[in-house]
Amino acid sequence: MASALINVPARAKHGEIIEIKTLMSHIMEPGYRHTADGVVVPRDIITSFTCRYNGVEIFRTDLFPAIAANPFITFFTVATESGKFDFEWIGDNGFAETASASITVE
Amino acid sequence: MRFAGTIAVAALLIAADIAASPLSATDIPQAERRSGFSFMAPDTKAMQNDDTANPGMLWVLDGEALWKSKTAAAGKACADCHDDARTSMKGVAARYPAFDRELGRPVNLEQRINLCRARHQQATPLPYESHDLMALTAFVAQQSRGIAIDSGNDPQLKPFIAKGHDLFMQRQGQLNLGCTNCHDDNWDKHLAGSAITQAQPTGYPLYRLEWQSLGSLQRRLRNCITGIRAQTYDYGAPELVELELYLMSRAQGMPIETPAVRP
Repeated sequence: MASALINVPARAKHGEIIEIKTLMSHIMEPGYRHTADGVVVPRDIITSFTCRYNGVEIFRTDLFPAIAANPFITFFTVATESGKFDFEWIGDNGFAETASASITVE
Repeated sequence: MRFAGTIAVAALLIAADIAASPLSATDIPQAERRSGFSFMAPDTKAMQNDDTANPGMLWVLDGEALWKSKTAAAGKACADCHDDARTSMKGVAARYPAFDRELGRPVNLEQRINLCRARHQQATPLPYESHDLMALTAFVAQQSRGIAIDSGNDPQLKPFIAKGHDLFMQRQGQLNLGCTNCHDDNWDKHLAGSAITQAQPTGYPLYRLEWQSLGSLQRRLRNCITGIRAQTYDYGAPELVELELYLMSRAQGMPIETPAVRP
């Protein structure tokens, strides 16, 4: 049951610096741990996160082992036009999740 | 003479007070009670206060979906009987653990959800600490956010609160510590780098950064019992429910924070 929490201001003034907050549900198993009987727990992490603003990529990050479960990624951008933010998380074992949020720029 | 009389009256009053509420001997004064929230760093507080930064909200969202989904043989969803949780579940978590007449003992919120599944949905119980049980519990408890804890007022609960209190005071384990030795006598000090809190269970189930997950009050209690190197109880054991009940009655009047975040 993967789900994301997104916080993008619904309205902003043209040229305003806005904060975007994203929280994605994921176990982020680093691949370094062993079970009680010595078997390695295979790595299962999100490897990449991208944000597009009306189709244009404005933020991208790679993720690695040792990033905590349910990664919380926040960043800033300048509100230039009304439209949509598209978020994408890609990870091990075919993990792929998307979410989006709209903004009205006055 | 008059002085001696005053003392005698005072002694009687104290004696009456002790007889009326045997629990108040080492209790933390009402005005000094503090949620674990107040012991946290500003960053962690900010995480709890922002619903888009609080990872506990992921479980609440899943819980809301489960609340509405039809399950098992009866094909009934929680919402089919209880309707909108925002009104029907408001204040419910603040009254738990509560007395179950059929079982003749108190049950906590997780157990109530599983009893409801068994009795009304003909569904199998969800395992303790499983994602679905934590999600449903967090969703139900979140409807009581901000509402004052009101557990333990049912007169039938009295003997169970007393048992929970006894366990709280009981020294046990290789370290020979009782809960009270830390949480009544030494709160606001530190154990290694961590704050010793008052053990006020205001935000369960809560997201613990150390767990990287949402967990129940029983998980926390079992952690503590292991920490004093005592033999812990199984999930759902009557002893743990009684301890939960005592802690909730001890925190009466403090607001529910579910889903809280703790370090």
